[in-house]
Amino acid sequence: MSQASPPPTGAAGRGWSRPVVIGIVLLVTALVIGAPVAAVFVQALSQGVGYALDSLAQPDTRAAIWLSITVAIVVVPINTVFGIAAAWAIAKFRFPGRKLLLAIVELPFSVSPIVAGISYLFVYGGQGLFGPFLEAHDLKIMFALPGIILATTFVTAPFVARELIPLMQLQGNGDEEVAATLGAHGWQTFFRVTLPNIRWGLLYGVVLCNARVLGEFGAVSIVSGNIRGETNTLPLHVELLYHDYNAAGAFAAALVLTLVALLTLFVKTILERVTGSAGALHGS
Amino acid sequence: MGMGGAGALPRRRLSTAGGKGQGRVVPGFRLSLGITLFYAAIIICLPLATLILVGARLGPADYWAVVSSPRALASYRVTLGAAALATMFNTVYGFALAWVLVRYEFPGRRVLDAIVDLPFALPTAVAGVALTAIFAKNGWFGEPLGALGIKVAYTPIGIALAMAFTSLPFIVRTLQPVMEELDGEIEEAARTLGAGTVTIFFRVVLPILVPALLAGVSLAFARCLGEFGAVIFIAGNQPYSTEITALLAFIRIEEYDYPAAAAIATVMLGTAFVLLVVTNAVQALARRHELAP
Repeated sequence: MSQASPPPTGAAGRGWSRPVVIGIVLLVTALVIGAPVAAVFVQALSQGVGYALDSLAQPDTRAAIWLSITVAIVVVPINTVFGIAAAWAIAKFRFPGRKLLLAIVELPFSVSPIVAGISYLFVYGGQGLFGPFLEAHDLKIMFALPGIILATTFVTAPFVARELIPLMQLQGNGDEEVAATLGAHGWQTFFRVTLPNIRWGLLYGVVLCNARVLGEFGAVSIVSGNIRGETNTLPLHVELLYHDYNAAGAFAAALVLTLVALLTLFVKTILERVTGSAGALHGS
Repeated sequence: MGMGGAGALPRRRLSTAGGKGQGRVVPGFRLSLGITLFYAAIIICLPLATLILVGARLGPADYWAVVSSPRALASYRVTLGAAALATMFNTVYGFALAWVLVRYEFPGRRVLDAIVDLPFALPTAVAGVALTAIFAKNGWFGEPLGALGIKVAYTPIGIALAMAFTSLPFIVRTLQPVMEELDGEIEEAARTLGAGTVTIFFRVVLPILVPALLAGVSLAFARCLGEFGAVIFIAGNQPYSTEITALLAFIRIEEYDYPAAAAIATVMLGTAFVLLVVTNAVQALARRHELAP
């Protein structure tokens, strides 16, 4: 839409104001967003590339990287299935309580990660709702991998659904109705009609969800127990190294996470070019 | 895209007329709703309901004593003040950023558009350590600012800065689609009728964008209030002066003072609910505005 026609010359679109406005925005963006990213690179490589690689190879840092990857391997598929199911139910059907369900699905966006972590502690912690039961059966959820997975699942729950719902609403039910009329059964309709329609939006939702899973800090810092080399995810390890006055090590770990974030944005830009429409991916 | 939306409208009406269950052609209603309800109950509702329950078990007197303690009140003041400052900054900057992205064609526009999402993609802890490094006493910006007598790191301004960083995309991404629909014709009409640039902006452009702007602002403000990872590195974390509410709740957990943590967390949850209701009301208003001819 925006590519086709030249930008209209509106109120602020003429004369001296145009380059000035663009210049100020670019300058502020460079200072506010560009500088922190540049700082991560500079600080991480301040002692040389070799030092950065060495600090990433430390056993505790390696363990943190693996833990974060493990969490992503579990959480991203769970939230992808949930996101598709929620978008399917909410975008393709009308039923009582639909708006309420949509609000609940998006609720984790509004809840502070700290509140999320504390809530999970009250469910699965020693003095929590299921605490006595879990203890009796020798199951450990808090301050262990399952707790980290649960809290991260909560915080990143809406990402896939949020990308898919506006996309599916925009596309309507026409294709699925035609498929059903032609005799396709449910899964055939999904895999051969719907999935190709939503694949780029889905992929972006998954990529963004993955970035947030790897980066989750607040909720995980409550439920992880911060056991060095065991329940420390990579963002928690950044904090630990930082407070150990190992700035170069902390920023080397931060650089890994920054590269994931930059890769995420790159994939997003590519996907927008493929779909040819920025609006479909913004989905607000 | 506008055409597609118009085409989808009558179809949507048809399926509404279909009522509950009967006559549905599209398959998978029970399965998708079942998965969604199960997940929403276990992952989203159960923990939050448990938190409210734990908070309620405290009893009114104890609850009030925790949430109105001087340290808690100071933390609300710090959090709300910094969030307000961050949101004000982002309202102006985010508006200008969205305007530049929608209205102007220039080299690097696509890169700028991609960069807007960086605060979403970058882990908050990384943003926190990076901002602290820049604004610390010997940092890139901290040193010259310090020479001018301005301290950012370990002050409320630093807290506001971290909040502004993480919440910026909410305002830009809410404004962008609405600005794209504003095609300049109305402005040309106003100009033809003799209105000046300033008049056009405040009396023609801004009123159309206000609902979307408010929705973006309330989303960003809510995000600021809940932010933890980016803030704690740059905040200084001194009780009564640079301690945010999320950190106070975190500290109570570390001290095993679970009832106090629950009480403070319910205050945060309640605030989030209120803001959510406000955001939804504003967005409903925005949608009505969009549909108006």
